[in-house]
Amino acid sequence: MAQSDTVDETRRDFLFVATGAMGVVGIGAIAWPLIDQMNPDASVLSLSSIEVDFEAVEVGQAITVMWRGKPIFIRHRTAEEIRVAEETPLDILPDPETDMARIERSQWLIVIGICTHLGCIPKGQSIGDERGEYGGWFCPCHGSHYDTAGRIRKGPAPKNLYLPPYAFLTDTSIKIG
Amino acid sequence: MAIRSACLSLGIVLALALAGPAQAESGSGKVETQKWSFGGFFGTFDRAQLQRGFQIVKENCAACHSLEYVYFRNLGEPGGPEFSLEEVKALAADVEVIDGPDEAGDMFERPGLPSDLMPSPFANDNAARASNGGAMPPDLSVIAKSRTYKRGFPNWLFDLFTGYQEQGADYLYALLIGYNEAPAEFNLLEGLSYNTVFPGHQIAMPSPLFEDGVEFNDGTKASVEQMSRDVSAFLMWAAEPHLEARKRMGFQVIIFLIIFAGLFYATKKKIWSRVKH
Amino acid sequence: MSGQSTYTPGSGFARWFDERLPIMRLMHDSFVDFPNPRNLNYWWTFGGILSFLLVTQIITGIILAMHYTPHVDFAFGSVERIMRNVNYGWLIRYSHSVGASMFFLAVYIHMGRGLYYGSYKAPREILWILGVIIYLLMMATAFMGYVLPWGQMSFWGATVITNLFSAIPLIGTGVTEWLWGGFAIDNPTLNRFFSLHYLLPFMIVGVVILHIWALHVPGSNNPTGVSVKDKEDTLPFHPYYTVKDGFAVVVFMILFAYFIFFNPNILGDAVNYVPADPLSTPPHIVPEWYLLPFYAILRAIPDKLGGVVAMFGSIAVLAMLPWLDRSKVRSAVFRPIYKQFFWIFIIVFLILGYLGSQPPEGWYLLISRIATAWYFAHFFLILPLIGLLETPRPLPESITKSVLGSAAGGAPSGSAASPETKG
Repeated sequence: MAQSDTVDETRRDFLFVATGAMGVVGIGAIAWPLIDQMNPDASVLSLSSIEVDFEAVEVGQAITVMWRGKPIFIRHRTAEEIRVAEETPLDILPDPETDMARIERSQWLIVIGICTHLGCIPKGQSIGDERGEYGGWFCPCHGSHYDTAGRIRKGPAPKNLYLPPYAFLTDTSIKIG
Repeated sequence: MAIRSACLSLGIVLALALAGPAQAESGSGKVETQKWSFGGFFGTFDRAQLQRGFQIVKENCAACHSLEYVYFRNLGEPGGPEFSLEEVKALAADVEVIDGPDEAGDMFERPGLPSDLMPSPFANDNAARASNGGAMPPDLSVIAKSRTYKRGFPNWLFDLFTGYQEQGADYLYALLIGYNEAPAEFNLLEGLSYNTVFPGHQIAMPSPLFEDGVEFNDGTKASVEQMSRDVSAFLMWAAEPHLEARKRMGFQVIIFLIIFAGLFYATKKKIWSRVKH
Repeated sequence: MSGQSTYTPGSGFARWFDERLPIMRLMHDSFVDFPNPRNLNYWWTFGGILSFLLVTQIITGIILAMHYTPHVDFAFGSVERIMRNVNYGWLIRYSHSVGASMFFLAVYIHMGRGLYYGSYKAPREILWILGVIIYLLMMATAFMGYVLPWGQMSFWGATVITNLFSAIPLIGTGVTEWLWGGFAIDNPTLNRFFSLHYLLPFMIVGVVILHIWALHVPGSNNPTGVSVKDKEDTLPFHPYYTVKDGFAVVVFMILFAYFIFFNPNILGDAVNYVPADPLSTPPHIVPEWYLLPFYAILRAIPDKLGGVVAMFGSIAVLAMLPWLDRSKVRSAVFRPIYKQFFWIFIIVFLILGYLGSQPPEGWYLLISRIATAWYFAHFFLILPLIGLLETPRPLPESITKSVLGSAAGGAPSGSAASPETKG
């Protein structure tokens, strides 16, 4: 009698645990679509990487493209700008980084055009814009100066301009994102 | 009196033919159930068929009909025609897309990208009507779900439980192969075509498909029958791009639920065995 | 919600909490230790199934509202974007649209069970009337929800139904234009329907709480219709009915899943995949299947105002049911004549549903008039007459006796032939 009771109890426990476990799995499986629906949808994701061709950008010029709702600055640097950027000693930089670490090909500087201070868009893309004391970009909101490698040199911004993930497809085109 | 009623019935026929959308139910006894690769509980699309279907849409239909909810990228996604990424890019780049405004405030044209919706052939509905003798070519994005035909008793009852959801594709196929000479006594209106399954039998769209009207890369013979079948399949996919994922997930869910119900029943029996009932 | 509470807080914190907000006590007494008749069959699981469906509809609805745009120019397109772009958007949207049909299927079974077993009779009249109110709210919610995708049937269904109000004498036109916010169905109408479609389900939740409250005062009816006499006749809600209801919900989900995954559009109308066009009316305007019987009644009456009155009357008559049925015996099991007329009524209701989908002409019209007449006669003539003329079969002495039979030592069932009195 006692024997069969234990067997019965084991069977019952197994049943309860198995049913409960399936219930938990089922609820989890239902929950996922309900959560995932708030993630960026297919039409947003299809814009999350863009291809940019900048063959027409002459030395000294710059273009701005939008990527994931942010401006991307692409500047065709002059030899002088490259030289200055490379020769700047690291110890005078608030956020030390070599020029090499910030570029793939030295004539093309590609940065996210958002001031690392409070998110304004720095000036220096259009001809005639103020480019700040270091010839890169100047943020008019609180006076941050960036150099020709997009590094912070003077003003309240704590970091260099961030770099987007990108790869060269050809000599004059890249894929961002 | 006779003249008046004749005018009235003509008016009704004309309204039916021109108003176009979805009066598919009445007057079409000739739609037959076709066998489709995407039918049934485990159906999947035939990739080659969808690719041929897209080619027909691109070369034949797109001059008048829009496909406004379909993106070029959809053509490369799993469960669809599954063109390669390069093919999708090339197909998109084939068309000019209006973008803008640019810095000067002007709209400009650029080659399409996979992330673009397929552009419409007309700027708006009125332009579409004006170019097509007053009848607006309907958008094709969901046309395979918006058309049906009378199934009759008891078919509609069986349809509930056999998973039959290809009414639209069956109807479109029957419509496309349904162009015919009007019977002698039929009073066909100027500018309309006779169709055996279209409600009222007068359709503003002239027969759109011709033998060898397109040249398929895969060597399939482009008969009207073949093209009608391929384009109907493509439109079913365009209307329901997640059909394959839906059926696959459905199978998993139903299996899970059946096992779960079985366990639940055993648990219920176990608990209720404590009392007489 | 009735009787002595059996809740004992399991910890010091639970006791502290219980003295301040006895919600755990309420839950325990309502859904754990609540005494339910021991003989409930599976027809009684539809209350649980409906609760599950209500929650499902609210969750999927809130999600759809995150992606939907209530504007005449964008509504149709935003639904298509949900179907195509949003992660699992097709699953959530189909769950919601199929869910509406499942909700009505379950509620019809739930109501049919109430009719068959006499669950509307004293002391459960308020419970029944609250149910009728829930049903009305459901119809209003479903109707407004159907307008939101802004397809052809959305538009023309809304036109036809809102025009019903123009039948009201004197103020009809004013009321209709007030509903529309214009001189035809247009953007203001779509906007307010969206707002109300979001509101009404929460009102349903409120009335459902009252419905359960009103249920827990007298307790559930049961297949014999005999009132609970002592503790022997009942079982605690948990685990007996939680597991039985849970099992029924899972079985119902199989049907639900079948429609979502394998036939999501069959319960709807194909024409609703054509964007709304105010200049072209589809040849057959039909409501969704669950409203067809009432649509048939509307069209059976050759007078506009008369049709509208008959349609609303056909639902209002349900609220009067507890006083129209004069029989003291609840369950149709012991009412041989009523049982037959119950099934005739169900068939008439199904016939009305079929006729609602057919054009109102010829034989269809004639039959729909006969069926409509029968529908009302069932409530106003047949039920009162059966109550007077029928001799009920002998009732079991108690629920326990009916379950265990005479083996439990009960008297032969013949000895208990007294009609039920208020329990």
